[in-house]
Amino acid sequence: MTTVVKPPERAARQAAPARSEKRSGMRFRHRLRRDWPLLVMVLPVIVLLGVFHYFPTLGNVIAFQDYSPYAGIRGSEFIGFANFSRMFSEPAFWRAVANTLSITAVQLIFFFPIPIALALLLNSVLSAKIRNVVQGIVYLPHFFSWVLVVSLFQQMIGGAGLLAQTLRDHGHSAVDLMTKPDTFILLVTAQSVWKDAGWGMIVFLAALSTINPALYEAAAADGANRWRRLWHITLPGLRPVIVLLLILRLGDALTVGFEQFILQRSAVGGGAAEVLDTYVYYQGLLVGDFGYGAAAGLFKGVIGLVLVLVANRFAHLVGEQGVYSRS
Amino acid sequence: MTARAVWEEEPTAIGRLSKPVVLTLIALAVAFPLYVVVVTSLSSTEAVTRAGGLVVVPRELTVAAYVQLLSGGVVTRALLISVLITAVGTAFSLGITVLAAYGLSRPGSVFHRPLLFVVLLTFLFGPGIIPSYLLVNSLGLIDHYASLILPTAISAFNLIVMRSFFMGIPGELIDSARIDGAGEFAILRRIVMPLSKAVVAVVGLFYAVGYWNAFFNALLYINDNNKWPLQMVLRTYIVQQQPLPTGAGGIATGTGLGMQPAPGLAIKMAIVVIAIVPVLLVYPFIQRHFTKGVIIGAVKG
Repeated sequence: MTTVVKPPERAARQAAPARSEKRSGMRFRHRLRRDWPLLVMVLPVIVLLGVFHYFPTLGNVIAFQDYSPYAGIRGSEFIGFANFSRMFSEPAFWRAVANTLSITAVQLIFFFPIPIALALLLNSVLSAKIRNVVQGIVYLPHFFSWVLVVSLFQQMIGGAGLLAQTLRDHGHSAVDLMTKPDTFILLVTAQSVWKDAGWGMIVFLAALSTINPALYEAAAADGANRWRRLWHITLPGLRPVIVLLLILRLGDALTVGFEQFILQRSAVGGGAAEVLDTYVYYQGLLVGDFGYGAAAGLFKGVIGLVLVLVANRFAHLVGEQGVYSRS
Repeated sequence: MTARAVWEEEPTAIGRLSKPVVLTLIALAVAFPLYVVVVTSLSSTEAVTRAGGLVVVPRELTVAAYVQLLSGGVVTRALLISVLITAVGTAFSLGITVLAAYGLSRPGSVFHRPLLFVVLLTFLFGPGIIPSYLLVNSLGLIDHYASLILPTAISAFNLIVMRSFFMGIPGELIDSARIDGAGEFAILRRIVMPLSKAVVAVVGLFYAVGYWNAFFNALLYINDNNKWPLQMVLRTYIVQQQPLPTGAGGIATGTGLGMQPAPGLAIKMAIVVIAIVPVLLVYPFIQRHFTKGVIIGAVKG
């Protein structure tokens, strides 16, 4: 995922225009004649990305319009920032922002450390067989759809689920944890942990496998016990990956996942379950206020992009490689 | 690391005891819900009534629910649609991903950097829900199966994974084929593909699981519920708990098939199982290739 341009290569590219124009033109035509089959191969992907990714990105201009589906983008009237100023005075919008940010915060505290702990635990298991079996089991839910995960949670801890059923059998009153707005934030975090904590472990396992075992042996010879080795060798070894993932998560602070929330919004209510993505969907497509919905979506997209860039710059400042290298 | 190193301490009693307990609990947290759903889907009316709902202890197992669901009606149709979308979508996505990954994998080829940039830039921002919907709408793809494939046909991540694998193939192999007069398409087919079976399989399975699980595109673009894929059916009748239609066009009734009808709960759980089974079937293949380190290598690189 990284595009690292190494300094010497960069210098060579800067030097290239210094050659005579005629020669570089010849070179270009020669390379084109040599490489055109490669270009043909890349073409379908570029066309699809162009049509379904880049072109609709331009469609965000309707955020500045009083968009009407009948008039289209060309026929609709431009109204400047009116959609945005309406949005900023809308309590429901700020509630969606607050919900999104609190869910990100709760996930950082309760989700983020779990894959690290899991990786450390599994790495300490000596039997390769047991490691493989446990890995096989905990990776599995990552490949389930959100519809499936929510269905399974509903059957376990919902109003007609196994927990409620067991409580009733023993003469207690049943609880329905799937529809309680107060605990919804913990519910979605639990769902994310169940689905993706095992999968999140992979990166840490890979990082653990790159730590030189001789370091542990040397530390042990110097009298460091297992906790000191964890603190002084393992955790520093994991630090680049931890910082990178933390940055990615912070850069994605406004994205908490659309499907998980749209599936549960009607059961829990918009008060707790409305996040930015569902807000865009409801206002834009269900209410039919396209321009306003697009404004909310654009707000999220632009702030999100800025967050990613800032987080990455910060990674460079603290001396980590970050998501991409500046070159 | 299969044996403890000589310099390591003996594990403490607490460590020796708690590790298996914790690992078992973690495994159960994943496996138990699946077990309950499968057992309930196979239970008779009497068993469900005696358990007062979901069945944990299996008794009187029957496949009535599956027979009813798969002998025509809402779920059969949705299943066929999902299978079709998954098959066509995976073939399409994998095909163009392999082509582009190879096309971008030859260092120094013309336009190789700007084209790679176009792909990588998609990681940073997306078009947004509303503009995507308006585009699909203006292309006339609402309620068209193509809307379930085209808008999300390419995963830049899969493309980069495959590209980095292709780049690891020794350049001498490719150059020697070129000297022998092979064109790029022939090189891809005869040299690169046979060396890349594992990565092609993994990326194909990732695409397949993605199409099978896709729900977002159908929610946005498919209004006609006769065209719903399985995940939309799962959402409507399980998550939102709407009553399943029976009779003509709905779920076949047990008496119509000349058998003891399955309880409603078993039918619902059978729909959940039907949605899980394909994932479980391909999962061992995905897992086998993990251990070969295809994905880990790509993540690290």
